[in-house]
Amino acid sequence: MKKRWICLFVENQIGVLTKIAGLFSSKAYNIDSITVGETEDQTISRMTIGLTSDDQTFEQVKKQLNRSVEVIKVVDYTEIPTHMKEILFVKISSCNREDKEEIFRIANVFGCTVTDYDKNTVLLECTQTEGKNNDIIRLLQSCFPNRIEVVRGGNVAIEAVSRKDNS
Amino acid sequence: MKMNGAQLFVKALKEEGVDTLFAYPGGTAIDMFDALYGVEGIDVVLPRHEQALVHEADGYARSTGKVGVCLVTSGPGATNLVTGIATANYDSVPLVCFTGQVPTYLIGNDAFQEVDIVGIVRSICKYAVTVRDRKDLGRIIKEAFYIARTGKPGPVLVDIPKDIQLEMGSDEYPSTVSIRGYKPSEGVHVGQVRRAMAMLGKAKHPVFLIGGGVNISHAQKELQELAERTGVPVITTIMGKGAIATNHPLYIGNIGIHGNYASNKAISECDVLFSIGTRFNDRITGKISEFAKKAKIIHVDIDSASISRNIVVDIPIVADAKTAIQTMLENITKPEIGDWVKEILEWKAAYPIQMENYKGMTPEKIIRKINELFPSSIVVTDVGQNQLWTTQYLELDQNRQLLTSGGLGTMGYGFPAAIGAKLGNPDKDVICISGDGGMQMNIQEMATAVALELPVIICVLNNGYLGNVRQWQEMFLDGRYSSTCLKYRRRCGRDCADPDKCCPPYTPDYVKLAESYDAKGIRVTKLEGIEAAFQEARSNQAGPTLIEFIIEREANVLPIVPGGKALSDMIMDC
Ligand SMILES: Cc1ncc(C[n+]2csc(CCOP(=O)(O)OP(=O)(O)O)c2C)c(N)n1
Ligand SMILES: [Mg+2]
Repeated sequence: MKKRWICLFVENQIGVLTKIAGLFSSKAYNIDSITVGETEDQTISRMTIGLTSDDQTFEQVKKQLNRSVEVIKVVDYTEIPTHMKEILFVKISSCNREDKEEIFRIANVFGCTVTDYDKNTVLLECTQTEGKNNDIIRLLQSCFPNRIEVVRGGNVAIEAVSRKDNS
Repeated sequence: MKMNGAQLFVKALKEEGVDTLFAYPGGTAIDMFDALYGVEGIDVVLPRHEQALVHEADGYARSTGKVGVCLVTSGPGATNLVTGIATANYDSVPLVCFTGQVPTYLIGNDAFQEVDIVGIVRSICKYAVTVRDRKDLGRIIKEAFYIARTGKPGPVLVDIPKDIQLEMGSDEYPSTVSIRGYKPSEGVHVGQVRRAMAMLGKAKHPVFLIGGGVNISHAQKELQELAERTGVPVITTIMGKGAIATNHPLYIGNIGIHGNYASNKAISECDVLFSIGTRFNDRITGKISEFAKKAKIIHVDIDSASISRNIVVDIPIVADAKTAIQTMLENITKPEIGDWVKEILEWKAAYPIQMENYKGMTPEKIIRKINELFPSSIVVTDVGQNQLWTTQYLELDQNRQLLTSGGLGTMGYGFPAAIGAKLGNPDKDVICISGDGGMQMNIQEMATAVALELPVIICVLNNGYLGNVRQWQEMFLDGRYSSTCLKYRRRCGRDCADPDKCCPPYTPDYVKLAESYDAKGIRVTKLEGIEAAFQEARSNQAGPTLIEFIIEREANVLPIVPGGKALSDMIMDC
């Protein structure tokens, strides 16, 4: 079992997301994350799909995607150099002055921005790798138990320009 | 010139060469029916149920090689298509199904007879789409026919809202297609074919395993040449049966759960398994880890997703069967196989499939009579024991074809598919072989066959049971016949006390039932009656004839490989 990434180009039409999601569920393949958005060409959407699977299942996934009429191109991002980021918002409530100072310090060290705040609430925005976002959530959870609200955007990825090996 | 969507729909059918349309009307399709009214050159067939309608289109498509075309209304008309679409999908049958839909401005409102049919069929068809703009209508229909018949064929559904049927627009129907996400594979990797032929050339105990793909791509002639020039014996799946004449000296038989001993043994013993056009479905492999254990495997399939899915393959070749076999013929090798074929034929002679344990009028005798009396025919089965016996005993060559629901195993398929086959092949004898259970799943089509004056011969093998399931209960569930007796009435009590002693009469009376539809009904209870019944049926060219054969109630299909067991664990008799 291994973590895999697929970049998928599909027709930008009603029902295509369901089609792709349905393909995964009908074959009992589990999706870890999926993001979708329009590309520079309005008629094409681009998806970044993360899944954990063995080699054989992954081959099947790619073949099944490829044979769908709505799928234009399937690119395997697992082994090639890419830039991959995920947006994360964390809202921390009931903050006193000290809490706020701590949050600002954490933001500084982890490269997050304080996007918004009022008297007792702070909103952090982080655009990091999935792993780093996991770390930030874990840290905030332990510092401010039961006071955080998290929303994650899922990963988007694009092939690297300068790097040729996957490091 | 301008025309409305419904008129463009009719124009599209004509441009695609559609001569037969299976269609059932309703509110959201009425304008398309109106546009069809009085149109020359398209035979609009009215079945009596939409499920049967799709099977009819399917039987028409399988027997003619053309695309089967359906038209139904929205809501219940559309949902009734589901089983037929799935049936066609599993057996790679090209269909285009048009469904009426509520007007675009009502979609999502839970309008009267609105269902999201595209959402419902998404996982059981090759492609499905709702037309949302009148200007896309021509292109979408063009694409639908193209997708249905190219590559690995399959059913396509086009959902057309009522306002789009009525909207005026261009009368243009495109002549070319370009779909960026759909490029069916053409040609073949010659290097892979050479590697495969080299592997075959070195084999001592090779076999060809042939699936339905060879029949779909009409590569029977090429396959025969390949077998003869390599000298390699041929084994088929149920869907592949008929790819080479069953009386050909190199033909061994079917493999699988109900395959014959020699075929299953040859698969277990072979050193190179050269398979073409099969997806290694569990019904043919038995226990996967024991399947063709000694063999290197070469797999030709048009669908790359079928390769190395169930069975790990040594040499994959993605190609249409015909193209692949032609390339193989250009790179022919002939392995030194000594007495291999002789050895297999000895197994075949030692363990023939037969029903000698049963007396009187066995299904074997009925089917062998069909072999004798109907040399140029299309035989269509339903599902169950009737189907399995047919795949065991029916002889096939280029003049006799078999249609059967192999992948989905849909009861109720046989009779309507036979109607479709007859419509597409008026000059051939069309014979349906059905069980007494499955026959009732689409019995209403008797009205269709009578209305169309179609001389289809329907053989109901009446054992008074859902026989296939009963056999499993007998063999693997201690004879507990749970819900499989079709003679059951309340007065029998919950559990049958004394099978076959004091059973109530069978219902329905098939002969009277046929007569009530104004069809001919014949009942045969004895061996001697088989031929006369077939002759009588044949002489009735005015409409359908139903022959009810009263067969032994508890006859079994043998041999059989129990669920989850290896092919070598087959049970020969019981
Ligand atoms: C639509 C459908 N429902 C249920 C089944 C399961 N099934 C397979 S064979 C069979 C029995 C068929 O009985 P009958 O039509 O009398 O044929 P026989 O096996 O007796 O020849 C059943 C219930 C099926 N294949 N299709
Ligand atoms: Mg029966």
